[in-house]
Amino acid sequence: MSLELLEREKQAQTRLSVVDCDIHPIFRSESQVLPFLPARWREHMQTYRRHVRQGLHGTLTHPRMQVNRIDAVPPNGGPPGSDLDFMRIHHLDPNGVEWGMLQALAPAAYAERNLEFGAALATANNEWQIAEWIDKEPRLRGAIQVGQEWPEAAAAEIERRARDKRFVQVSMSPRADEPLGRRRYWPIFEACERNNLPIGLHVPGFGSGNASTPAGWPSFYLEEHQTFAYIIMGVFTSMVLEGVFERFKNLRLVLVEGGFAWVPALCWRLDKHWERMRSEVPHLKRPPSEYIREHIWYTTQPIEEPERPEDLVRIMEWIGWDRLLFSTDYPHWDFDDPRTVFKVRLPDDKKRMIFSENAKRVYGLA
Amino acid sequence: MRLPFRGAIDCDVHVSPPGIGTLVPYLDAYWRERVGVQQLERLDLSMTSYPPTAPLSARPDWRPAQGPPGSDLALLQAKALDAFGTRFAILNCLWGAQALFAEDMAAALCRAVNDWIAAEWLDREPRLRASIMVPPQSPELAAEEIEHRAADLRFVQVLLLAGLDMPLGRRQYWPIFAAAQKHDLPVGIHAGSTYRHPPSASGWPSYLLEDYVSNTQAFAAQLGSLVSEGVFAKFRRLKVVLIESGFTWLPAFAWKFNKTWRGVRTEVPWVTRPPFDIIRDHVRLTMQPTDAPADAATVAEAVELLGSDELLLFASDFPHWQFDGDEVLPPGLPEPILQKILVDNPLSTYSRLKETVQ
Repeated sequence: MSLELLEREKQAQTRLSVVDCDIHPIFRSESQVLPFLPARWREHMQTYRRHVRQGLHGTLTHPRMQVNRIDAVPPNGGPPGSDLDFMRIHHLDPNGVEWGMLQALAPAAYAERNLEFGAALATANNEWQIAEWIDKEPRLRGAIQVGQEWPEAAAAEIERRARDKRFVQVSMSPRADEPLGRRRYWPIFEACERNNLPIGLHVPGFGSGNASTPAGWPSFYLEEHQTFAYIIMGVFTSMVLEGVFERFKNLRLVLVEGGFAWVPALCWRLDKHWERMRSEVPHLKRPPSEYIREHIWYTTQPIEEPERPEDLVRIMEWIGWDRLLFSTDYPHWDFDDPRTVFKVRLPDDKKRMIFSENAKRVYGLA
Repeated sequence: MRLPFRGAIDCDVHVSPPGIGTLVPYLDAYWRERVGVQQLERLDLSMTSYPPTAPLSARPDWRPAQGPPGSDLALLQAKALDAFGTRFAILNCLWGAQALFAEDMAAALCRAVNDWIAAEWLDREPRLRASIMVPPQSPELAAEEIEHRAADLRFVQVLLLAGLDMPLGRRQYWPIFAAAQKHDLPVGIHAGSTYRHPPSASGWPSYLLEDYVSNTQAFAAQLGSLVSEGVFAKFRRLKVVLIESGFTWLPAFAWKFNKTWRGVRTEVPWVTRPPFDIIRDHVRLTMQPTDAPADAATVAEAVELLGSDELLLFASDFPHWQFDGDEVLPPGLPEPILQKILVDNPLSTYSRLKETVQ
């Protein structure tokens, strides 16, 4: 029997059925985005390029070890993640993806300093998601991209897209000018809550200009890869302590690609020091961990691998089995495979929750 | 409360000079004149990370009648040394000299603080030891201060902050590590920031509570930097102590660090072992705050995840408010590890303590 047949048989046996909560669709080239921009912004993009908050406008300042799985390069050309047909046969079909949540991180409004251009980029991104991905593949679901630094335009973009039920969440940047819990961003949360859309926060490459750690800028990609967790921890802390979940009682937050093993210790720390300094945040009526338990979910990739694999179970129990959403990060190099993601045996009912039931509930997939 | 073992070593106790006026006798002629000309005595150099009046900065029953928290020797003797039956306590001074932009002024004030600590605290109370305050603005001047102070064995550590200009592993800082290793001084990294960068990776938070909680990100980044830059490959005997960092965050951080390292380790060829193994060899953490629920089972599990009984060092964090009453030890720690936390681990971390014990 060929390897391929063996593989197919194994898949049939395991009957994988997963909701993948982090898939990256990629532009083939810039020319693919241009048709979605009005002429005025097309010309702007070709003349002035992106006006970002780092020394290099066209690439990241920490060159990545590799961005993508080498085997994810489409045979017909283009970068990994740019060819829907190949994504079907390389990822969606063999990995049993019942639903795939798109995180279209480029082109991005997130870090664009020209706010009007940013708003045009967000609109273009959303229309490209419809035309090239969710119109063509019913398993895929979109995230409404908004530029968080112009909250009014962001709220308007949410209102414009919300009628299209194939958009199941809102994507904004956790690397914002300010911690996301601050008041200036609340019009976006209001629009999310009004339209019953969770926020899916994914760390983008280009940031706000603030150092990616409170200790300053790290030198290596090895360190930068860890900063995704710090940034997400910062947003998590900010949204809870600012009282976002006290004000927006139905708001749901999904933290994408920030890890989750840090959650219990951070909850303990928040609760402990809140107890001491609660007079500074009188708008919080309950311990921080209670808001977290009700309002926040976490995607699993890149899954933390404890030294003793069974410790992962303890972490998941502390967080709550209903809070974890499986994700692969396809086509990136640090992809988690649904067959091998857990180095420890999980009970079947818990696995079903993480692989699909939790996500279906959060995103209302049916 | 008497601790279950005699001779506990308290690895984090705070002192603070009441003001620049206190330090004038310890400044040289030039800086005494500058204090006069510039009227520097009017300046309040207490740090934004620890406003003296905030609950964090002092327990209500650990506040002196006058002066800032940590400025009263008798109070420290009664509430920390006598109360816990402490054999040694290590003084850490958190004060604004480290935050100034002018490196010469920073160096002069650090030197004066160290002289003040020696004269007003160490000379008066034989149970006290201290960290050397250095100006991180200038690693060269910091190394000079370490050399200047090294002969006084009552100084057992070099003190830095979690939030400075750059991650501490950067090569610019290596003169500090070279001087520290030469004199068997661990480098202590204490919670707090000079705010050269926002105290959270997500930007400038609104609240002191948020700044304080976010110290975890800074400590994690410092460990990431020290290991990735190869500090421990270059300085093989160097010990780093994370002070007031909490410790329950460490395993999750280190697991992820291990995993990413496996994937991208060709970027840092001098890192030849899993980062968590390197951390366990070189890094220690003080016990306060214990960021865990008060139930014994969870504390025990959180300690177990560290994968070693040699990492934790006893600390009261006096006069910072980390616990009430005499609950200086969290519940759930079995006796063998208590002996290590209270006595053995501090003694093996601060080798200079042993030299003054005999």
